[in-house]
Amino acid sequence: MTELQAEQASKVLDNSVTKSKPRPNRDALIALAVFVVLALLPMLTSSKFLLDFVIRCAAYGLFATSLNLLVGYTGLTSFGHGMFFGLGAYGFGLMMQKTGVAVPVAFVATLAITFVVALVIGAICVRLKEIYFAFVTLAFQMLIHSTILSWVSLTGGDQGLRGGIPRPPFLGIDLSNHLHLYIVSCALLVIGLFLMHQIAQSPFGYTLRMIRDNATRASFIGIDVWRAKLTIFVLAALFASTGGMIMALFVSGAYPEFAYWTISGEGIFINMLGGVTTFLGPMVGTALFLILNDTVTRVTEYHGIVLGIVILFFAIGLRKGLMDFVIEWYVQRRERSGERTS
Amino acid sequence: MDLDTLTGCLASSACLVTQTTSGFIIGMLLFLVAVGLTLIFGVLKVVNFSHGAFYMFGAYFAMTAYQLTGSFALAMLCGAAGTALLGLIFERVFMSRVYGRDVLMQVLVCYAFVLIFDDVVRMIWGPEFKSMGMPAAFQIPPLFIAGGVVPPYYLLLIAVALVAAIILGLGLARTRIGKVIRAAAHNPGMVSALGINTGLIYGGVFALGGMLAGLAGALAAPVRSLTPGMGFSVLIESFIVTVIGGMGSILGALIGALLIGMIRSFGSLGFPLFTEGLMYLFMVIVLVSRPTGLFGKEVA
Repeated sequence: MTELQAEQASKVLDNSVTKSKPRPNRDALIALAVFVVLALLPMLTSSKFLLDFVIRCAAYGLFATSLNLLVGYTGLTSFGHGMFFGLGAYGFGLMMQKTGVAVPVAFVATLAITFVVALVIGAICVRLKEIYFAFVTLAFQMLIHSTILSWVSLTGGDQGLRGGIPRPPFLGIDLSNHLHLYIVSCALLVIGLFLMHQIAQSPFGYTLRMIRDNATRASFIGIDVWRAKLTIFVLAALFASTGGMIMALFVSGAYPEFAYWTISGEGIFINMLGGVTTFLGPMVGTALFLILNDTVTRVTEYHGIVLGIVILFFAIGLRKGLMDFVIEWYVQRRERSGERTS
Repeated sequence: MDLDTLTGCLASSACLVTQTTSGFIIGMLLFLVAVGLTLIFGVLKVVNFSHGAFYMFGAYFAMTAYQLTGSFALAMLCGAAGTALLGLIFERVFMSRVYGRDVLMQVLVCYAFVLIFDDVVRMIWGPEFKSMGMPAAFQIPPLFIAGGVVPPYYLLLIAVALVAAIILGLGLARTRIGKVIRAAAHNPGMVSALGINTGLIYGGVFALGGMLAGLAGALAAPVRSLTPGMGFSVLIESFIVTVIGGMGSILGALIGALLIGMIRSFGSLGFPLFTEGLMYLFMVIVLVSRPTGLFGKEVA
């Protein structure tokens, strides 16, 4: 498939989306239904593995979907988005270990820290052209990683935050209980996805698509491109940070790998795997990636080679993600049936 | 923060000489890596995120060649030639498929190869730290310049890097091939219409970039420890160098690399915990005041 065809396919997609008006009520109902299904899952199965899998999907899924807001919707190829994942994990872990505040307070405070950091880094980065943007975000990722490594007295250096994260119960929710942690993770995932979908379908979301397609034209009709890019950069950082917090709660700690550049690489890969033209593509990608990663690490210690070959297969061979295929097939089928009836 | 050590060092000529030499070493190695990166970007318009792997391979090739033959010159040659060949294959088989596609694809292909190359090194040479050891020819007493200690190997390293810089600069500015490369960077369509094989130019430039990174790795092998993944921190630093110097500018890469070398060398005295932070801070200052870098022409 050529680039042009891909563009046409995505145009068809965008058209079909424009026709359906944003319906927050319907979205909220779907979100609620998904949450209920996920919440009922522990009743059907007692498999700890499956529940763990869903929790990890929540952490990585929020991270990957927020990255898609930048990559897929705004055309900002961030190669340092993982820094906010690490920031969330460390911010939350440290807050709980050092201050002993209630969980919701630490949650909000970590979001506030992420907001400030993302605002500063975003203000420097978003005006750069795409290659420079990828570069400089990656450089900031490594700055945060090296700060975590060298600030041993606060972060524990390469050992990470050890000794577990204290999780005092609040509002009848006890996060050291595996089931409670599962439900809270699902709730955060569903709420996060719902909010991100609202952002993507809002007029602001369409402004972002316009900036992606033609930033010059967008600025001609009076859109402050810099401000729009910065806004989505900060918003995406907040969701990535939430993913990091779920991860910190799940492993009861935070490790330098959470802030390492490979997390960003994995995020990009997940987006590629699932496809960036649909909102739920990254979620599909997350599930695929986690299954792939678990299988490969069990089979061989050289999982880098296997993952690398899979990435090459997708990037050079298929040239698009899995959800892109599904949508394309669906659109083609509908067109064909349309031709038959007319 | 340890400003007393820093001012104390600046006051003594011995310390000054030692720190300046170590700054030069860091800077020159960085320059060799960064100039390849900037050259590849200038001509091919892709950012080679896997450039650090060539540095790593250069070091491992040199170590193996040195252990097999015992000849230092042959080790350097092996490091440079091996990575040049690797660069050529990598460009022709894989990178040439993603030219003109969006950055996401280029980043992904390079990301895949960073993973693959690191694991290949782990398979062949093992995951543990390796060291090549100082060649016998350079195990001679260090020189004393104004009271500062300067190992002779450091002088060789600086000389080799400087010679490479001069050959590269003159070659691009004066020779016919240099002209063709510059023309291909400017307008590849026109160059290929004039009957020049641009695919060959692209492969050649990538091989040249890989060779320079491999040479840097080979030169670094006697003084640094070798480990899979050693290329990545060098890659990040060369990114910073190219951002500071300006993408596509060789002079910029040289100045940027020396600045970063000095910041690292003197910064480690004054701000031991914040040395890396200083580099980033410097990069941010340059980016904010001159978004194209110190010597960049293109609008970033």
